[in-house]
Amino acid sequence: MERTNRVADHVVLGPAPEVEEVCIYLDGKPIPAKKGEPVMSALVAAGVTVFRHTAKGSPRRMFCGIGRCTDCVMKVDGVPGVRTCVTRVRDGMRVERQEGKGSWAEEAADGKA
Amino acid sequence: MEKHKPVVVVGAGPAGLCAAIELKKAGAPVILLDENDKPGGQLFKQIHKFFGSREHKAGTRGFTIGTSLLDESLKLGIDVRLETEVVGVDPGLRVWAVRQRASSELIEASRLILATGATENALSFPGWTLPGVMTAGCAQTLINVYRVLPGKRVLIIGSGNVGVIVGYQLMQSGAEVVGIVEALPSLGGYGVHTAKLARAGVPFYTGTTVVRAEGVESLERATIAQVDGSFKPIASTERTLDVDTICLAVGLTPSLELSSLAGCRTIYVPELGGRMPLHDEYMRSSVQEVYVVGDTAGVEEASTAMEEGRLAGVHAAWSLGYMSDDDMKERVDETKQRLNALRQGVFGQKRFNAKARIIQESQLR
Repeated sequence: MERTNRVADHVVLGPAPEVEEVCIYLDGKPIPAKKGEPVMSALVAAGVTVFRHTAKGSPRRMFCGIGRCTDCVMKVDGVPGVRTCVTRVRDGMRVERQEGKGSWAEEAADGKA
Repeated sequence: MEKHKPVVVVGAGPAGLCAAIELKKAGAPVILLDENDKPGGQLFKQIHKFFGSREHKAGTRGFTIGTSLLDESLKLGIDVRLETEVVGVDPGLRVWAVRQRASSELIEASRLILATGATENALSFPGWTLPGVMTAGCAQTLINVYRVLPGKRVLIIGSGNVGVIVGYQLMQSGAEVVGIVEALPSLGGYGVHTAKLARAGVPFYTGTTVVRAEGVESLERATIAQVDGSFKPIASTERTLDVDTICLAVGLTPSLELSSLAGCRTIYVPELGGRMPLHDEYMRSSVQEVYVVGDTAGVEEASTAMEEGRLAGVHAAWSLGYMSDDDMKERVDETKQRLNALRQGVFGQKRFNAKARIIQESQLR
């Protein structure tokens, strides 16, 4: 869990600024995130390589990183198809790997209104 | 009446910010819209030093230019509306905007300045959808804005400025660039940027393309091969490299959604990214009240985008009666001079000629 892809010190940008840490959950597993960053970068920082599978089972992560291509969509707080590259993390956010187009179904099952 | 309606600028990148700044300085009402939650467009990802003369802020890093533009817009009190997506433009120049994906508003504009930028091109080959294959801009966003490294061993496809600049920036963030692949027989980027990678020992593979990417759940290796005269890979020259990341730096295409909705006529200019709206010397499209500036009006650089934004801002302000004829002429002339200076040299000349062709074409129609 110690693995991180964060760039601590940078030759041009200097040392990484101190940013408040929040916690998001990927399929129930806690992942540390920096307040204000998109879900995408928190997951990449934690070494997550697969964000979803297509309906045919083909893995996907991110492609354009600026909200154009929808490659990086995941289920976020119960909503499928959310572009994780332009969605900022929130403490306690629940992120799930999406299969195909994803579904809203599980949310009804766990009693969330 | 028209004078009191706002000029609506769409896109708060370098071009849109400069257009809005010129309008506000002239005293015209202006509203600047952007879909992102921060202004600046792609400027804050540019951590390298820019070229040009001193008035072009040469030697200044992109993000520094971004910060100073934002400071200026803040000081001027420009009405910047973020997280606001423009989803429609009607012939009466009413701009339909959706705010925070929740509320919708209709803004009646006197002039519309579109600074919507460009989209990176994709390149399809077997395995290109694997996690680990991404656009160069995606990698650049991750390392320079969020300071997260998307991979350790990177292959770059395309030796143009984007490819070599992002390649070097990936190295600055601690990645290894295992090679730069270029289908053409010669390299495409500025010598200064290319040389930084060459000095660091990064191999350049000209006349070469990527044949396939492989891996189980994410990218593990890429196969490259030399191409023949018709850009077909030669099987006997195939070689496989262990990589976890492929960055595609194969050009950009102007984003035309809004100018198409506004009814602007287009022209095909391969040197500037393909199909783009036609524009005159003041950046006016075929629809006289609609201006197009920056990458959406032909893919160039942030420095030219800023000058085009100023040109449109000045002209729009004048057309609404916020600037005298003399002032307009003076400002336009000096801006054009700066633009011309930016379109010199081996690379610039091609863009200069292409722009001249567009302006000429706009006069014919």
